[in-house]
Amino acid sequence: MIQFSEQKLAKVQEIIARYPQGKQKSALIPVLHLAQEEYGWLSAETMDYVASLLQIEPIEVYEVATFYSMFNLKPVGKFLFEVCQTGPCMISGSDDIVDYIKQRLGISVGETTPDGMFTLKTVECLGACGYAPMMQLGKHYKEHLTKERVDTIIEECRKNAGVLN
Amino acid sequence: MGVKLLLEKAHVEGIRHYDVYRREGGYRAVEKALKTMSPDAITEEVKKSGLRGRGGAGFPAGMKWSFLAKPEGVPRHLVCNADESEPGTFKDRYLMEFLPHLLIEGLIIASYALGSNATYIYIRGEYAWIPDILERAIAEAKANGWLGKNILGTGFDCEIYVQRGAGAYICGEETALIESLEGKRGNPRIKPPFPAVKGVWDRPTVVNNVETLAAVGPIINIGGEEYAKIGVGRSTGTKLISACGNINKPGVYEIDMTISVEEFIYSDEYCGGIKNGKKLKACIPGGSSVPILPANLLLKTAKGDTRLMNYESLADGGFATGSSMGSGGFIVLDEDQCVVKHTYTLARFYRHESCGQCSPCREGTGWMEKILKNIEMGKGKMSDIDLLWDIQRKIEGNTICPLGDAAAWPVAAAIRHFRDEFEWHINNPQECLTRNYGLAHYADPIHVPTTA
Ligand SMILES: Cc1cc2nc3c(=O)[nH]c(=O)nc-3n(C[C@H](O)[C@H](O)[C@H](O)COP(=O)(O)O)c2cc1C
Ligand code: SF4
Ligand code: FES
Repeated sequence: MIQFSEQKLAKVQEIIARYPQGKQKSALIPVLHLAQEEYGWLSAETMDYVASLLQIEPIEVYEVATFYSMFNLKPVGKFLFEVCQTGPCMISGSDDIVDYIKQRLGISVGETTPDGMFTLKTVECLGACGYAPMMQLGKHYKEHLTKERVDTIIEECRKNAGVLN
Repeated sequence: MGVKLLLEKAHVEGIRHYDVYRREGGYRAVEKALKTMSPDAITEEVKKSGLRGRGGAGFPAGMKWSFLAKPEGVPRHLVCNADESEPGTFKDRYLMEFLPHLLIEGLIIASYALGSNATYIYIRGEYAWIPDILERAIAEAKANGWLGKNILGTGFDCEIYVQRGAGAYICGEETALIESLEGKRGNPRIKPPFPAVKGVWDRPTVVNNVETLAAVGPIINIGGEEYAKIGVGRSTGTKLISACGNINKPGVYEIDMTISVEEFIYSDEYCGGIKNGKKLKACIPGGSSVPILPANLLLKTAKGDTRLMNYESLADGGFATGSSMGSGGFIVLDEDQCVVKHTYTLARFYRHESCGQCSPCREGTGWMEKILKNIEMGKGKMSDIDLLWDIQRKIEGNTICPLGDAAAWPVAAAIRHFRDEFEWHINNPQECLTRNYGLAHYADPIHVPTTA
């Protein structure tokens, strides 16, 4: 059963209040972000729940969720490595970083480690071109990546997940 | 050191917070504008300043504001475009992260000038930590009476809301942004009607870039005429450049648009020269959509004049031998970089970001990506170069929004200036997998015919 906490429901109401009466559909993307933070990805059930919160048709939610690349339509690992590979990052060595992460985690781009811990994705420019190579990890950016830094990040993730190496 | 209007206080400890910002002279511009100026007088001042939109198109901001329809009884809105997704561009992020109050000041003044009681900042979803910074600053401004009801006793009410996108470059295009703000897919609208008449929720709307709006406070402080004295010609004021690629000091710089490209790249005040002592091969001076230039055409125009970092000089020669200021995303490639591969990554970017509404853009970007990938992988044919040229020409001008053009131009410029590098890839399918074409002749002095 998908159900937001009282606190999250209050947040949804606060977001809806930012728009004119009857324009609560404008809250859709922010509310999908809230849902994804909670559940990690957007299942059909979650999307239907969001539709009911905003009193719109489920199809209106599916249309939007499938358009925007940040919404995960299938489960992802606990830690999602999204490495930028567009021109400025490429000329600053992003290919090597992607190769190194693949080797370290033993997965290809688009895959999740068998323990469900890490998912590797390549993405397009994230607005950090001057601090390349870089990746997004959850809410934050990890910039100026080197092999050593990737090692540290992987270790930190494992530690944060409470799992021993 | 050039004049600094936006980043002057960027390094003051704690400037992100209200108390420090206010102590450093912040919110004086709001005070002046709301207490001593009428909304129309503010628009006039911005017109006088010559401020051009910093989002990429360079349209005069004051003029845009004066086009806003004002039908009786219909609310109007200001929307701040913080979608910043053009490869090479990361200046708006810098402003929002380090100087949130500078943007909020500009937003309050612009909202007052335009009559927007609810103003929205639409920020790309990946900048997930920045809304917290902005929301804290908005709350501070509100607690100190600069936002909310009856601001400074003027009777003007204003709220600012931050809305995150969710990963779509196209939502930087203003009508796609409006659709997204309404909770829909980011499909650009057919214009007209323009947002100034029918924007968000069919209400008159002005969409401006973060940097454009951040410049409004300084303009009110020093006056439009003084602002217009900075810079040269129609490139007035200061411009932020986000510099990246193979340079010693990537970062965000504020320039006054009188310096040369050469000084910008090599001086220690800015990029600090090419990394590892390498040579400059090429540069995309205004974000991924604008034409790439080989070193020789970057530093000097085809006429042999020194090229300057301003709207007119960067565009000198049109797309044949010039480029564009665009969004100020300055991407530098050294002698080791491969133009074919770089262009391929950009083509992949545009294919990924096409919203798919128009077939020339949807199909064309896919083809360009595939063909470029083949050439890059040593699987290209000589006829592919002409095919690429043909595809990009068929996209340009035949689509609903300018993303199609933005995808076509980088490919066109790469072929125009680096055709021999493409040919080399095709003629050397094995060698191109292990080494790059290198600097070749791209940095040689341009041959300027002498008049008899
Ligand atoms: C595909 C595309 C992407 C765009 N992305 C942005 C962007 O990320 N930020 C921005 O300010 N303007 C962007 N623009 C330009 C906007 O449509 C609009 O012109 C701009 O926000 C107007 O603000 P300004 O006049 O202050 O520059 C984009 C345009 C196109 C066609
Ligand atoms: S040009 Fe491309 S991005 Fe723009 S509306 Fe058409 S398909 Fe969409
Ligand atoms: S190209 Fe990677 S962040 Fe811009």
